[in-house]
Amino acid sequence: MRPFTFTQAQDVDTAVQEVSLEGAKFVAGGTNLLDLMKIDVMSPSHLVDITQIALETIEETEAGGIRLGALAKNADTAYHELVETRYPLLSHAILAGATAQLRNMATDGGNLLQRTRCYYFYDTQTPCNKREPGSGCSAIQGYNRDLAILGTSEHCIATHPSDMCVALAALEATVHVTGKNGERAIPFADFHRLPGDTPHLDSNLQPDEIITSIELPAKGFAKHYTYLKLRDRASYAFALVSVAAALELEGDTIKEARIVLGGVAHKPWRVPEAEALLQGQKATRDNFRKVAEAYLQGAQGFGHNDFKIELAKRAIVRALEQATNR
Amino acid sequence: MNTENSLQATTAVRPQLPDTRTVTLRVNGTTHQLQLAPWTSVLDALREHLQLTGTKKGCDHGQCGACTVLLDGKRINSCLTLAVMQENKEITTVEGLAKEGELHPVQQAFIDHDAFQCGYCTPGQICSVIGMVNEGKAKTLDDIRDLMSGNICRCGAYINIVKVAQEALEKNTGL
Repeated sequence: MRPFTFTQAQDVDTAVQEVSLEGAKFVAGGTNLLDLMKIDVMSPSHLVDITQIALETIEETEAGGIRLGALAKNADTAYHELVETRYPLLSHAILAGATAQLRNMATDGGNLLQRTRCYYFYDTQTPCNKREPGSGCSAIQGYNRDLAILGTSEHCIATHPSDMCVALAALEATVHVTGKNGERAIPFADFHRLPGDTPHLDSNLQPDEIITSIELPAKGFAKHYTYLKLRDRASYAFALVSVAAALELEGDTIKEARIVLGGVAHKPWRVPEAEALLQGQKATRDNFRKVAEAYLQGAQGFGHNDFKIELAKRAIVRALEQATNR
Repeated sequence: MNTENSLQATTAVRPQLPDTRTVTLRVNGTTHQLQLAPWTSVLDALREHLQLTGTKKGCDHGQCGACTVLLDGKRINSCLTLAVMQENKEITTVEGLAKEGELHPVQQAFIDHDAFQCGYCTPGQICSVIGMVNEGKAKTLDDIRDLMSGNICRCGAYINIVKVAQEALEKNTGL
């Protein structure tokens, strides 16, 4: 690891001040950042430790939802009684990711900011527009089995690796951040970006901004939900395709459906117009397949990952069936 | 390592390199004051500065689990956290498990069930089993396999490691 200087911030304002130093980054759980620093994919010259700031509380909001402090650990969140009982989709999604050790360390804010696991992003010997803007994308013509099929650009086909974020997108979370210009709230759908011609930017969080909390609205879909994760082994592997499915049912009629895909794009992939196709419809396999087709419209494979298009469709159908029967 | 690096501060004050500092670590019930650079991982602090080499460096990337230690009773990858960030925490390594000459029950169970061959992953596996018991979330065999997936054994002693974990859960042999 390259040498860096280090300070500990005791409050949000100090953290925002200190991260303005050139080459500075926040560190909390460290599970992704330190890993990337060891292989020189990221090389901040200054780290600001934010773990002394009191941002780890999980509590109910006045609006009837819950607020996850940005520094709440992934494990503490997944096993929190409020999350387990009212937002089981989120609990299941978190527990589908990483390992017990990593979940004990990783924070909720950090989970949103983890970097892609594209092999070429990790391999400093190859061009990568995300790691080194303008150098080219090695994945498009390379080995791309794990990579994106939706929302890609000619510059980048990386995927966002988080499971937690797929559930947060389905639950319509809000990300609260503080920066030099004060506080703002970012709807989850607007938090992460598509690669476009700026693939080095994963999210719309500004360099001087810190995530303070993630807020969930009251509606938790605790009755009919599934987090389905398809991967190369049963545990500790990133998703080839994952689906967060949540339904509100009246008998077998769908009042509301939420469907978000993971492992297929640069951000959790949600298509509200396709979701709306299920509104007022019966919860049948045929209707689910129609939605699946709509969800994958415009999908493009790059050779090794062509199979993901049909896999994603079938995963949507299966996830919705599981959610119905739960 | 470049010790000539002169980094310019903008508004906040940046410390100068090399930025070593006194770090107080509490390991296996003993408090140690170490002079560490901020990039020293807990793993390197244990192995290189405290000579506690029971905790192993396998991949150094959080993938193999050989470096698993308990931090306030919870298992973590000691390779992926900085020592300077873990002051005032209770770190337990494999060296801290035996009490009064008696192996911890999970250590004994690894012997009884023949749950290792080369032994390189074993200290991490032992800490991980104890952490799993402390966490209290594993109920079934599938739970064990899932919640132990952060510890890789290249000898493939998994079948017997699972037996150890089952016994540890039945007897509730946490920390």
